[in-house]
Amino acid sequence: MTTKELQQKSINYRKKILQYIKIANAGHTGGSLSCTDILNVLYNKVLNVSPENFSSPDRDRYIQSKGHCVEALFVVLADKGFFPEEDLNTLCKYQSHYIGHPTKKVKGVEQNTGALGHGLPIATGTALAGKMDKKDYKVYTLMGDGELPEGSNWEAALSAAQYKLDNLCAIVDKNGLQITAATKDVCNTDPLDKKWEAFGWAVKEVNGNDVEELLAAFNSLPFEKGKPSVIIAHTIKGKGVSYMENQLKWHHGVPTNEEYELAQQELDKALSEL
Amino acid sequence: MAEQINTNSYKANLEIFSETLQRLAVEDKNIVAVTSDSRGSGKLVPYGKKFPEQMVEVGIAEQNLVGVAAGLASCGKKVFAVSPACFLTARALEQIKNDVAYSDNPVNLIGISAGVSYGALGSTHHSLHDYAALRAINNIIIVAPADNFETEKAIELAAATDKPVYLRFGKKPMPPLKEINEDVFAFGKGRVICEGDDVAIIATGEAVYPALQAAQQLKLQNINATVISMHTIKPLDTALIATLAQKCKAIVTVEEHSVNGGLGEACASYLLQNGYAKPFKIIGIPDEYTVTGSQTEIMDHYGISGNGIAESIESLIK
Repeated sequence: MTTKELQQKSINYRKKILQYIKIANAGHTGGSLSCTDILNVLYNKVLNVSPENFSSPDRDRYIQSKGHCVEALFVVLADKGFFPEEDLNTLCKYQSHYIGHPTKKVKGVEQNTGALGHGLPIATGTALAGKMDKKDYKVYTLMGDGELPEGSNWEAALSAAQYKLDNLCAIVDKNGLQITAATKDVCNTDPLDKKWEAFGWAVKEVNGNDVEELLAAFNSLPFEKGKPSVIIAHTIKGKGVSYMENQLKWHHGVPTNEEYELAQQELDKALSEL
Repeated sequence: MAEQINTNSYKANLEIFSETLQRLAVEDKNIVAVTSDSRGSGKLVPYGKKFPEQMVEVGIAEQNLVGVAAGLASCGKKVFAVSPACFLTARALEQIKNDVAYSDNPVNLIGISAGVSYGALGSTHHSLHDYAALRAINNIIIVAPADNFETEKAIELAAATDKPVYLRFGKKPMPPLKEINEDVFAFGKGRVICEGDDVAIIATGEAVYPALQAAQQLKLQNINATVISMHTIKPLDTALIATLAQKCKAIVTVEEHSVNGGLGEACASYLLQNGYAKPFKIIGIPDEYTVTGSQTEIMDHYGISGNGIAESIESLIK
């Protein structure tokens, strides 16, 4: 898959994320759009995960700690053939498995997440099992920058370094906003690179909305032998829809009909200009 | 007075836990113990020496303990996550709820030094809430073995089951509940220790032994008691409770736990909703700042002792 094809995928994923959020009349719009490129690169270029090998003990594991951005995950999993895309018409509907956070009842989901600060400890245990069993799989977890004040993250960060889990990669979707305000104004975690380094991790910072930069980072894992890796992905919340970008109200805002049409037109335009 | 047994010649259930785990780990390389600086209090030092590759230490970080355990279990490891019950089931409750129970990762959570085992260390170290907290969480089996026999069987079963299990242990050496024991142990099936028609004493964990002492005392007054080791709090053996309700004139429950939300209320809920109106009493730790003292002093203070239970029953049925 070429860079251009990846970029096209990102835009198409964003269109579908908005489509299903609109149908559900619910969803975490801004954060799903910020992490779209990360999921795109992971599932299309990095992860050894498919519907066929999903029960294999040798598959790579992706655990989405920022579970509220499940719409991005579901759209990508549908594209990868884990389930028919039309299932997403039931998103957040009565008795649907497609709820507002990842659940293992949906094929392709590794762990039930949604409460923040849970992904990294589980990923640490999963990576530890890989080391114990001398498996080659890698474990990836996507965290939001807003969830980093959860202490459990840092407990796990210590253990991952202690056990030299260089088969573990955390990605921080650093879009800089959370529900209340800018992350730096709520509970500042900067300088983030220094914090991870101090906890014994190897760090890379990338433009998290640039598929080439993301791919280059993933291709260079582990960043340092014997250390867990973290990619600090600088992203734009609401990426791809101009009126949503960096706007707090789109944390879990659902567009009106007019806004929805405008967003789809913008994304179509971006697609045609690629 | 019933005969006082010198418990010093017996082993703590936790020692049996460790011995059983070591036996299982020889054959099964997927057995993994995860500790939070708790291998000493968990009696796992010999295990750690014998099976360093099957031991994970996370330091004093209970949330991470449970999260890591869930990750390991999702990869086929038979995980025993060991930590003082007070921290394990409070600080890491959300990890138990989400990462273990809701995610259906079959972790065996070992709550050590439970109830008021830590005695004079005070309420920070007591776990009087664990049954209540965990009973309200779907998809977890809650077990409090009473003696060494129940402990060994419970650990074997926990290693073999693919469901989350919480196992609760104290620290005291525990005498066998039966001298000749041919019982079959199964989760969710209460164990009949002795039988009598006047009163049923349904106890759990290390409160079963004082319940048995109470039964021995009551017998001297021609009050015949059935004593049940209700080692599994959830799923509760409601068929056995129904049988007891039909047979016995009164029912008493005993637990080293708050009177709120534990075994007693679980039994009461079943009895009331199924039309059994019998004289009934929950013996446990009342909803107050717990009295200070050793474990024995605290239990005696609240009547969780042979004498205390016998007195409660006498006043209930007189």
